[in-house]
Amino acid sequence: MPEFILRRLLIALPVLLLVSLISASIMELVPGDPAVLIAGQSASDAEIAMVREQLGLNRPFVERLGSWYAGIARGDLGDSILLNRPVTQAIAERVPVTLALAGFALFLTVAIGLPCGIIAAVRANTWVDQAVLTFALIGVSVPNFWLSLMLIVLFGVMLDWLPAGGYVMFADDPVGWVRCLILPGLSLALLQVGLLARISRATMLEVLQQDYVRTARAKGMPMWSVYGKHALKNVMVPVITVIGISCGLLLSGSVVIETVYSIPGMGRLLASAVFGRDYPMIQGGLLVTAAVLVLLNLLVDVLYALIDPRVRYGQR
Amino acid sequence: MASVDSVALAPDEPAGADRPPSLWQRLLGHRLFVTGAVIVVFMLLLAIFADLIQILPPEKMQVRLRFQTPSFSFPLGTDNYGRDIWSRLAHGARLSMAIGFAVALLTGITGTANGVFAGYFRRLDGPLMRLMDALMAFPAILLAIAIAAALGPSAFNAVIALSIVYTPRTARVVRATVLVVREMDYVAAAKACGARDLWIVWRHVLPNSIAPLLVQLTFIFAYAILAEAILSFLGVGPPPPAPTWGNMIAEGKDYLREAPLLCLFPGVAVALICLGLNLLGDGLRDVLDPRLRVQIG
Repeated sequence: MPEFILRRLLIALPVLLLVSLISASIMELVPGDPAVLIAGQSASDAEIAMVREQLGLNRPFVERLGSWYAGIARGDLGDSILLNRPVTQAIAERVPVTLALAGFALFLTVAIGLPCGIIAAVRANTWVDQAVLTFALIGVSVPNFWLSLMLIVLFGVMLDWLPAGGYVMFADDPVGWVRCLILPGLSLALLQVGLLARISRATMLEVLQQDYVRTARAKGMPMWSVYGKHALKNVMVPVITVIGISCGLLLSGSVVIETVYSIPGMGRLLASAVFGRDYPMIQGGLLVTAAVLVLLNLLVDVLYALIDPRVRYGQR
Repeated sequence: MASVDSVALAPDEPAGADRPPSLWQRLLGHRLFVTGAVIVVFMLLLAIFADLIQILPPEKMQVRLRFQTPSFSFPLGTDNYGRDIWSRLAHGARLSMAIGFAVALLTGITGTANGVFAGYFRRLDGPLMRLMDALMAFPAILLAIAIAAALGPSAFNAVIALSIVYTPRTARVVRATVLVVREMDYVAAAKACGARDLWIVWRHVLPNSIAPLLVQLTFIFAYAILAEAILSFLGVGPPPPAPTWGNMIAEGKDYLREAPLLCLFPGVAVALICLGLNLLGDGLRDVLDPRLRVQIG
């Protein structure tokens, strides 16, 4: 096991290095002089010079890269242009909000997607199965930002059941907090619900054809006990896969969903950084999200190996 | 025995009647594939004949006819500038399909190149796949909007940004297939005959990796259309007044209370084409290679 973790770490390290390199070079894609673009069209020469100085654009790329890595070593990702404060501070402040939203969406994903997939497999080729598959297919096809707008119109405006946007802290108003998260959570979860339902259905179908399931049933074990004891355990493997993938999708989705619902999380912070051409913030945000996802995937791999011994011995 | 006799007794039956059905027959017998194909072909026709079926040019404003409800002259109504929604929707189909197709084509090329080289030439595997892993580590939409915004909002740059984001997802699928194909006897036989590596890749490895690639590209087509709608919606796609579906939803968003139809139609269009492509991809996968699992972007 320690050897397995070490091998995984050895793969993750160069990936992290590349991730930081890509994050740093995103500003190099800007055609022309980024300083002019960032300072805005009405900026004076002095203001442009100041931006250039602040971003280190008057130094060669390699030198900037050097200070980027020196900064990372110190835990300093530079200062945001728009917010005029350290990038790390701004991100740290928004993380709990995004975590709450993503966590809620993940909860909905598992609570809806897993039972749907299992029931569809148990009742394969019936109308229940068809309904679940159709629902799952719609889930992966509907654009989530559009669904958000439609939910806002229906529940926020026409029926006036839930807030159409905004966010309150859990500590201030727990009920309001849940009410604020329901619509964005649903919008964010729909895609993953579809994926999880389809994957857990496929796995469950496979498991139900295994010899040990037939044996268990042959010796008179009640159906639901067979499902619970044998089948569910095997279904957990794809569930962990989906959860691992979901973290990336949830972060991706939060950029859009938080913008639509005006939720002050990391997604909206980074979206507004992109539109405000706040490059230190964009670079820092890219680095932090990607690094977190790399480490999460590492964790998922280790979790896999713990649950399924076959993974530990087989080489990938 | 009976079946053998009956075959022998029926000489006028066409030869090879018990041959397994051809690829086309199997595809046409797959209900979901056919449903998906009908939807995609419908959207394709909409895109191709957008100029013919339009009622007005998509960017033609009519100040006096703003927010018209659907009627005989404007089947889906008009928007906040009095532009005909049906015409914009048809032209949006053209833009979305073109961008989605371009992304699928481009990732098809770059992803295949990466996947084949990583899978076949084992020394390249580490560096290439680590680069792909790194690109995949970023949340897809965040990386896409960061690249698209840096390059400047346009249809071309949206294609570049989305292709960068989806290349690793194609490369992984191709690499996985190549790893299986390279161990096949026919590759060993070609090697024994003295064939050079690049020839083997071109003649044997590529043709045998087509099926999973095709399936994956169908899904990438769908993702790209969804992602393009998001880019446009956030303002880093083709800039307004370009009639992309994302732009239409973004403009309609400010009139949600008064005129929810402005957002409704383009969203349904995005969902419909993605549904069609997903069905098509599922059908292709079932028929071409049932062992493939759902690939997730």
